[in-house]
Amino acid sequence: MIDADPLAEVELRELVPAVIGVLVGRGADFATAEDAVQDALIEALRTWPEDPPRDRRGWLVTVAWRKFLDIIRAEDSRTRREERVVAAALAAPVTSAEPGAHGARNADDTLDLYFLCAHPRLRPASAVALTLRAVGGLTTKQIAEAYMVPEATMAQRISRAKATIAGRRLDRPGDLSSVLTTLYLVFNEGHSGETDLVAEAIRLTRRLGTMTDSAEVDGLLALMLLHHARRAARFDSAGRLIALADQDRKVWDRRLIGEGIGILQAALARDHLGEYQAQAAIAALHADAQHVDDTDWVQIAQWYDELLRLRDTPIVRLNRAVAVGEADGPAAGLAELRGLDEDLPRYFAVEAHLRERSGDLETAARLYARAAERAASLAERDHLNRQAARTRSGREPR
Amino acid sequence: MAKYLMLKHYRMPEQYMDYTPMDQWTPEEVDAHIAYMNAFADRLKDSGEFVDSQALQPDGTFVRSGGAGRPPVTDGPFPETKDLIAGWMVIDVENYDRALELAAELSAAPGKDGEPINEWLELRPFLDHAPCVDE
Repeated sequence: MIDADPLAEVELRELVPAVIGVLVGRGADFATAEDAVQDALIEALRTWPEDPPRDRRGWLVTVAWRKFLDIIRAEDSRTRREERVVAAALAAPVTSAEPGAHGARNADDTLDLYFLCAHPRLRPASAVALTLRAVGGLTTKQIAEAYMVPEATMAQRISRAKATIAGRRLDRPGDLSSVLTTLYLVFNEGHSGETDLVAEAIRLTRRLGTMTDSAEVDGLLALMLLHHARRAARFDSAGRLIALADQDRKVWDRRLIGEGIGILQAALARDHLGEYQAQAAIAALHADAQHVDDTDWVQIAQWYDELLRLRDTPIVRLNRAVAVGEADGPAAGLAELRGLDEDLPRYFAVEAHLRERSGDLETAARLYARAAERAASLAERDHLNRQAARTRSGREPR
Repeated sequence: MAKYLMLKHYRMPEQYMDYTPMDQWTPEEVDAHIAYMNAFADRLKDSGEFVDSQALQPDGTFVRSGGAGRPPVTDGPFPETKDLIAGWMVIDVENYDRALELAAELSAAPGKDGEPINEWLELRPFLDHAPCVDE
């Protein structure tokens, strides 16, 4: 593997969408081309560390094309029905000027792939898997490990996803919002195993930003960078989750915060507000506060109002209640909770926090314990149990 | 996606055991039951929702520490009345409704006279890893 040199592996990954584009440009269908490039990628990961080619892209194109011919020949000898396709593919020029040989065309091909792999007809999990493989250049094994399912299961998910979109032309301009949803899912779910899906989501969003002209793509990139900047502060050395208010802000990555805020400001200046920009604005206001007490909760609450205008969901209302509770006092926050369903994820955690702020430690302790029972993750459950124990013993937050 | 554990029990409290026990089926009925289970697992593998499946032996032991420097304390085999896990399947599915649908399908495996046994299964969500967004 190219494990020893993670940068080399990322470079290799970056070539993948372009090589798929070359094969499709030569007349290959997307599903088979993608399989062929995956096979070539696996061979590259195996052989390059010992024997790196001088022209990496050329090597990948050549090997992927060979794999493609192998696949269709095998299919053909099985079915004897696709002779025409094979003949056409075999007749295609191999060394002459490629449609995908130039930068601009390359970017177009890659953008098409983003749209295709996040096609609205795909279930979110399928779009995630296909995007990571075809656009991200990850192997099925890496994706399976990251999502903790068997490789065969992930392979199946990918091939079914390809069957779902078979025959669909890359319908430009495509649905950018489903691409953003897919990338945010990768970011938000991914940080288990060896493959850093957070870094991968940022890389893919950054790249998308170079190919599109959308304030929301930049908004999403800013949001990711701002959240990622806090990564090191989110857990202590014992692996315990640390709430935003209790994080050591000196550990936040100021470089990433600076970059995120810069990208966000440029996006906001274009005056096409969207939900990712609004969320990034909230993250930026948190990042701006040197100390938790410096947090500008009034502005954060205003941004939640904007977010509500763009997308009125119970989750946004719940998060807004926290901001209102800080800006206008816990009673105002608790008033915002009225009318929200107790079954909402984190409802009891929010209410517990507001009750604690209002001085009702007994109720807070009971609600933290209840929130712990319903936590969706182990780290959150442990955190909420600690909060319950802390409030029960009458201690201040750290 | 969300992972769920589907637990199958050897023995359950009386009120949950309303089908003829397997030892009173014909060998063909046992075969049909197993074939149904295997076909079910194959379909999940095909749909990309399968994670794991294991069966457990019925004889187990309760164990606890006997204190520092002392041997572990055991209690077992399990008394007849205790429920006993026979095995599990782990699935990774789009949502809770899909998990329910699959559990119901598995529960309807054929038993005596080829009738669905509609046994009770236990469906438990996994605790996930923490999300990367913390506001």
